[in-house]
Amino acid sequence: MNTATALKSEVTWQTLCAKADLVAHSGVAAWLDGTDTQVALLYLPGRTPEIYAVANHDPFSNANVLARGIVGDIKGEPVIASPLYKQHFRLRDGVCVEDESVHLRTWEVKIEGNDVMIST
Amino acid sequence: MSMPTPPNAPRLIVIGNGMVGHHLIEQLVELGAHRQYAIIVFGEERHPAYDRVHLSEYFSGRDAQSLALSSTDYYAEHGIELRIHDSVTAIDRDTNEVVTESGRHPYDRLVLATGSYPFVPPIPGNDREKCLVYRTLDDLDAIREAAEDATTGVVVGGGLLGLEAANALRGLNLDTAVVEFAPRLMPMQVDAEGGKLLREKIEALGVQVLTDRATQRIEAGETSFHRMVFQDDKMLETDLIVFSAGIRPRDQLARDCALEIGERGGVVIDDRCLTSDPAILAVGEVALWNQSIFGLVAPGYQMAKVAAATLTEGDATFTGADMSTKLKLLGVDVGAIGDAHGDRTPGARTFRYLDEIKQEYRKLVVSSDAKKLLGAMLVGDNATYDTLMQYYANGLELPEDPASLILPSSDGAPTLGPDALPETATICSCHNVTKGDICATLDDGALDLASVKGETKASTGCGGCAALLKSVVDHELEARGVEVDQSLCEHFAHTRQELYSIVRVEGIKTFSELIEKHGTTTGHGLGSSSAPKLGSSSAPKLGCDICKPAVASILAACFNEPITDAAHVPLQDTNDTFMANMQKNGTYSVVPRIPGGEITPEKLIVLGEVGKKYGLYTKITGGQRVDLFGAQLHQLPDIWGELIEAGFETGHAYGKATRTVKSCVGSTWCRYGVQDSVGMAIRLEERYKGLRSPHKLKFAVSGCTRECAEAQSKDVGVIATEHGWNLYVCGNGGMRPRHAELFATDLDDAQLIRTIDRFLMFYIRTADRLQRTSVWRENLDGGLAYLKDVVLDDSLGLGDALEAQMQHVIDTYECEWANTLSSPEKLTRFRTFVNDSRPDPDIIVTEERGQLRPA
Repeated sequence: MNTATALKSEVTWQTLCAKADLVAHSGVAAWLDGTDTQVALLYLPGRTPEIYAVANHDPFSNANVLARGIVGDIKGEPVIASPLYKQHFRLRDGVCVEDESVHLRTWEVKIEGNDVMIST
Repeated sequence: MSMPTPPNAPRLIVIGNGMVGHHLIEQLVELGAHRQYAIIVFGEERHPAYDRVHLSEYFSGRDAQSLALSSTDYYAEHGIELRIHDSVTAIDRDTNEVVTESGRHPYDRLVLATGSYPFVPPIPGNDREKCLVYRTLDDLDAIREAAEDATTGVVVGGGLLGLEAANALRGLNLDTAVVEFAPRLMPMQVDAEGGKLLREKIEALGVQVLTDRATQRIEAGETSFHRMVFQDDKMLETDLIVFSAGIRPRDQLARDCALEIGERGGVVIDDRCLTSDPAILAVGEVALWNQSIFGLVAPGYQMAKVAAATLTEGDATFTGADMSTKLKLLGVDVGAIGDAHGDRTPGARTFRYLDEIKQEYRKLVVSSDAKKLLGAMLVGDNATYDTLMQYYANGLELPEDPASLILPSSDGAPTLGPDALPETATICSCHNVTKGDICATLDDGALDLASVKGETKASTGCGGCAALLKSVVDHELEARGVEVDQSLCEHFAHTRQELYSIVRVEGIKTFSELIEKHGTTTGHGLGSSSAPKLGSSSAPKLGCDICKPAVASILAACFNEPITDAAHVPLQDTNDTFMANMQKNGTYSVVPRIPGGEITPEKLIVLGEVGKKYGLYTKITGGQRVDLFGAQLHQLPDIWGELIEAGFETGHAYGKATRTVKSCVGSTWCRYGVQDSVGMAIRLEERYKGLRSPHKLKFAVSGCTRECAEAQSKDVGVIATEHGWNLYVCGNGGMRPRHAELFATDLDDAQLIRTIDRFLMFYIRTADRLQRTSVWRENLDGGLAYLKDVVLDDSLGLGDALEAQMQHVIDTYECEWANTLSSPEKLTRFRTFVNDSRPDPDIIVTEERGQLRPA
């Protein structure tokens, strides 16, 4: 798996934070280094994949809050619910379940040892 | 929007916009007559049609708007001109014109729906100030105004309307007496035996009852405003008098234009509701049919239906109406069906059952062969009314032993199930809806009670048939194989109540264990079997934002482990997760607990200093606390460090939990206070702080009946009396206000607390998710009486368990912020960014009135 990823030469992985910074079955927010972008990291230990990264910015409220929503699933599909107006976004592709014309940016992300790595 | 009325359409004028006048309009609209006629409706009152049947509720919380039957929009939508507050002064039959204060209006057809006026007995002094009547909203406003400096009130008339009026006076906290000319109350509906019982029950409520009293004159009183002098020179002093001694048809307009009038009043109509002038119809309480005036809403509605048919060339006829009635007067059930006195049918026989302990009286009047029910009379309990009414109205053959119908149900009285009713059985007599009509709407696709009510209007008149309607709908839905899905969400095929029991019985302490053992198997099937299929899916179910907080609340109420523990954190809504209230820009507000709203100057200064230091917008809340807005996530621990240092605790403003106990200052300062309301409020708040429940809980304690703490709008309201505390429950402010109901009176401190313990825990056990006590109470089968049985009389034997569970929650209370601050690990969650210490740069504020707010 790691080897295969490494072969994609355009993809660069950078360390975002420590695994210990994550909150199990919930989210935390992190800065993407060198950008003005906030990332919500949702950690689902025991599941594959075990971590997702979506934009922290909630397009409905314009507040940076999605890391603070409740993680759940709709028919098995993992989602994050906005803590403000309760829309659901699919963690896999960021699409809003209530309004498919709206979607969040997503990133590839993985845990390696004690590090949380994000691809940029 | 309807089609416009053609320009040369005939003109139809309706005089009167009461319940029957409005019903006529609805019937006309249903028949499309608003496209055939240009319709003008004149109403004399300031309000469009409202529900007069429930008028006394005006003093127990309902306002004019909630009593309204319709809106001016409804009239406008159908092109009908509604002119309220415009009295008709004459009818000119020569020119076919109606004369009003605003001018002359020509008509082709005219309907009199002027109703009735209250009869005021010709007693000298009846025109004194503060001698009032009880009929309209304006009358009620006048009564309320007169009651402002009154302590006592008398109702003249002990019939149905008189007792309604007495109820209204009690609602204004007046010491109330009822004066009746006849030897008993409600002489029309009940016999001597029933009257005696009714009197006892009403006297037990503190209402004085004087029967056999003819008032001779009313004069100025010595100790009160009025003195009433009776036939034997006995006297009664009172501050205000309400006449409610029957009604008289408002037929003056008809008299003035020489329509045929009955000997004792009333506009004579035929079977098609036509008066002696075929251009003019009359309906409702102004109309005299076959020498009878019908003073109930159901016959009025029937006349309206007939009149609408007559105006549209239909062929309906009015053939008289059943005057059976089911009432709750001053909380006492009274029912009368058909020939309740048994004096209208030769050879009639009676069965009677009297229970002087439970204070219930039931009487059956049956045919001489005991096969048919001719009438019935009920006092104290109307539970059997619906069944008896069906036997009576549908001529069903009585069971072999008719007495079984009125004996206590423990003897196994045969119940007449909805399936035993014929299709023709009338379920709602106000709107004349039969069982067949109900079945038809179900066949057309209605799937629940609400849509049946919407389609048929059943149970939207007097509401007396609500229970029967529900049982018919439930039964018919079941017969059609419709199962109502009450699953909490796609992850649990259980109601909140069921999950609560599962958690308690199996001692399940985490969400993951609960969803593992009791979640739906695939996460797809709503309402599918709850049997677990372990290992069936590689991806464990996650739950969702519906079930997670609901289960978190159940776990907290049962075990009260800190919600900040790792197993519980992911279940919480963001407000609980970070123990602050998220505002629209993603910042939080902070509300420390201020029990009873009592705060030392030192602590108040701390709040000010913290607000100033962190640049927080500061506002006083409705619950007598201080709300500090605009804190970023990473600031919360610092802010709380300072607050806890100063002796504050978390206020749970973020939780579905005990919020505040509001109080007025009470006997320690107030010259009117009769108990220490602040002391009790603090005691209650300290006791129930941290209690998590299906929805937020608000309390208040008032130190006297002036009720400055507004306790009657709270989930739990306590009002001081001379002898202790009165407890009110299930009130609500908010979107749909509801007055709390009086639950128990004159409790001492220990009784009050025990009662609240039980009440709250019973609510927590049985309510749905996010269901406030008010809605829970409205949906509770058996209503307030059942709740009293469970809480006060311990009818389910749950009292000890409920108290013990509450004690557990109280004993395990811990300030969640203190708990968090003592744990470096828990504190790591309070970071705006896990990899950077800067604040969120997108939070932009601006200054307004000297404080910061989101830009």
